[in-house]
Amino acid sequence: MEPILEVRNITKRFGGLVAVDNVDMKVYPGEVVGLLGDNGAGKSTLIKMVSGVYRADAGKVFFGGKEVKIDNPMQALRMGLETIYQDLALAENLDVYSNIFLGREKLKRFLGLVNVLDHGHMLAESRKVLNRLDIEVPSLRNRIRTLSGGQRQAVAISRAIYWNAKFIIMDEPTAALGVAEQKKVLGLVRTLSSQGVGIIIISHQLLDVFSVATRLVIMRRGKKVAERITAETSMDEVVGLIVGSVPGDLANANGESPKPSAVGPVMTTSSRSRPHQETTRRRPSPSGH
Amino acid sequence: MNPRFRSVFIRVMRRWVLIFLGFEVLAFSLLGTNFFSLDTLQNILVSSTIVLLLAVGETFVIITGGIDLSVGFMVGFTGVVCAKIMVTLQAAGTTQAMAIAAGIAAALLVGLLPGFINGFLVAHLKVPPFIATFGMYGIAYGCAEIICNNVPIHDLPSAVGPIGHGFLFFWLPGKMFRVFVEPTGLSSVDFQHLITIIPNLSALALVFVLVFGFILAKTRFGRHTYAIGGNIDAAERAGIDVKRHLVKVYMISSFFASLAGVCYVLRYITGRAPAGSAQVLDAVVAVVIGGASLYGGKGSVSGTFVGAMVLTTLVLGLANLALPTYYAYIAVGCILIFAVLIDQFSPELVHKED
Ligand SMILES: Nc1ncnc2c1ncn2[C@@H]1O[C@H](COP(=O)(O)OP(=O)(O)OP(=O)(O)O)[C@@H](O)[C@H]1O
Ligand SMILES: [Mg+2]
Repeated sequence: MEPILEVRNITKRFGGLVAVDNVDMKVYPGEVVGLLGDNGAGKSTLIKMVSGVYRADAGKVFFGGKEVKIDNPMQALRMGLETIYQDLALAENLDVYSNIFLGREKLKRFLGLVNVLDHGHMLAESRKVLNRLDIEVPSLRNRIRTLSGGQRQAVAISRAIYWNAKFIIMDEPTAALGVAEQKKVLGLVRTLSSQGVGIIIISHQLLDVFSVATRLVIMRRGKKVAERITAETSMDEVVGLIVGSVPGDLANANGESPKPSAVGPVMTTSSRSRPHQETTRRRPSPSGH
Repeated sequence: MNPRFRSVFIRVMRRWVLIFLGFEVLAFSLLGTNFFSLDTLQNILVSSTIVLLLAVGETFVIITGGIDLSVGFMVGFTGVVCAKIMVTLQAAGTTQAMAIAAGIAAALLVGLLPGFINGFLVAHLKVPPFIATFGMYGIAYGCAEIICNNVPIHDLPSAVGPIGHGFLFFWLPGKMFRVFVEPTGLSSVDFQHLITIIPNLSALALVFVLVFGFILAKTRFGRHTYAIGGNIDAAERAGIDVKRHLVKVYMISSFFASLAGVCYVLRYITGRAPAGSAQVLDAVVAVVIGGASLYGGKGSVSGTFVGAMVLTTLVLGLANLALPTYYAYIAVGCILIFAVLIDQFSPELVHKED
């Protein structure tokens, strides 16, 4: 089977900062991939290049086997690639159903002349999709401003799942949710994946990611440091990879030696006689923040 | 407070401007002389034309979180273009109808350009709206002075006046009813009793106000305008072409300014470069009184319409009472601040269920 989404050597710089550095990633249809990393690792930046918010400085994106240029969010949405953003990206001055249909409003003919918004349809459909999530939102006519954090998150999730996407990116989809609601969202992730939807899930809740993702991609300071099959790794190893106390597989990509001798950061600074001193010194120190 | 009562209360408070307008009309009717009459009310309507048009265009811009200061001198600029072309064509021997139509069409077309430039600067080059449109304000004025050689353009085709001062309907009860064409050769008694209904300029303005009010309230374009003002990133990520939309919004604003320019020429039978410059702030005030916020995301054409009426009624009402106009400034200042305060402290209307 070929991957539904693949990024190759993708890079994004902000001024001098390399937020995403030469990253490769593949997701197969129906697969849930967890994208992990500390704050500022570059996870959101990576997915924003796929969803059309940022343009990559280098690298390629393939979707459904074909190379695609995603210059703006509309192109990603048209391909069937939905994104739940970490900051939710809702218009707080608009009501719930207007947000779910934002940019893709349902229209109806008015007096056979012009197209106007079909509020009734949008209201009913929004109600259905929110019911699927089973998160209580009192009225869909309320502005987002009046909703709780979890309710807003539910709206953002509903918006992504309504359109029968082929691929869904979820950046911290459960951050604001209560325990029961988190479970529902994870259940939803499993359902979507069983329907063949490819999913990238970003979360700091390792337990959640371990429970839904079959593969994990770990980023650190803009680089992809490791990729693991969930069943073949442990929470400890992954935490180590995230914070940098366990060395990743990154070395080959950067021409650094993947020698097992280049282990812990403590040794790196003390063992002056080691052959690859130059390269090891350049390696970011995990305790450097 | 009883929730039902509270919800009604919030709804009523939201319409406070309308209530205030009613109060204004009532007060001036009681205090003034002959204020509550068809003529005075129509006079309010026609006097408000320029502010109303500017304000409706401005409403779109303000909802996106921007502001368009250029509309002030846009009135003068398009007015001068309009008048100049009418005069030139007339001198070249074309028919009056041709000259007038060409002048109006040219003004409306030329008026789209500054809006396009404003929108391009704001959306694509990220120039703050205040700066971009303030720059255009100066440019429009300078260009207008160049076109008219620093002197007002007079001697327009003779039909301009009757159009600008005419009415849609003329009615002499029991005797006659005319549409658009003012009856001539009436006896002075008949002339006294002639009822004139709906000033042409108001009819023209109201058509556009209604159409664009509909667009803002009912269409996808309107919804996107609100979304951009609410959260520009969210709008962009939802797939809205925000840049293109903003360009259109600034073009709508300058289109309305050109309409105002045309109305100015028709009403005052002259083209003057500084025309309308005094009305920019009035327009912004009307929009804000009408419930918009300069932070964007809020406002409506109907609110703006009421806002413009509140302002004009106040000015004409005080004049009717023979009070000096500076009282109007004080009153407008108070209403403006009051409008913003009410908006700040009024609670959100929350639905309990659908
Ligand atoms: N628009 C931007 N302009 C400049 N720098 C940015 C921008 N967006 C992100 N960055 C920087 O890029 C780096 C990666 O940020 P990113 O948001 O991708 O991190 P993240 O992995 O999603 O972190 P978190 O877990 O906190 O959400 C950070 O150092 C951040 O400061
Ligand atoms: Mg992030």
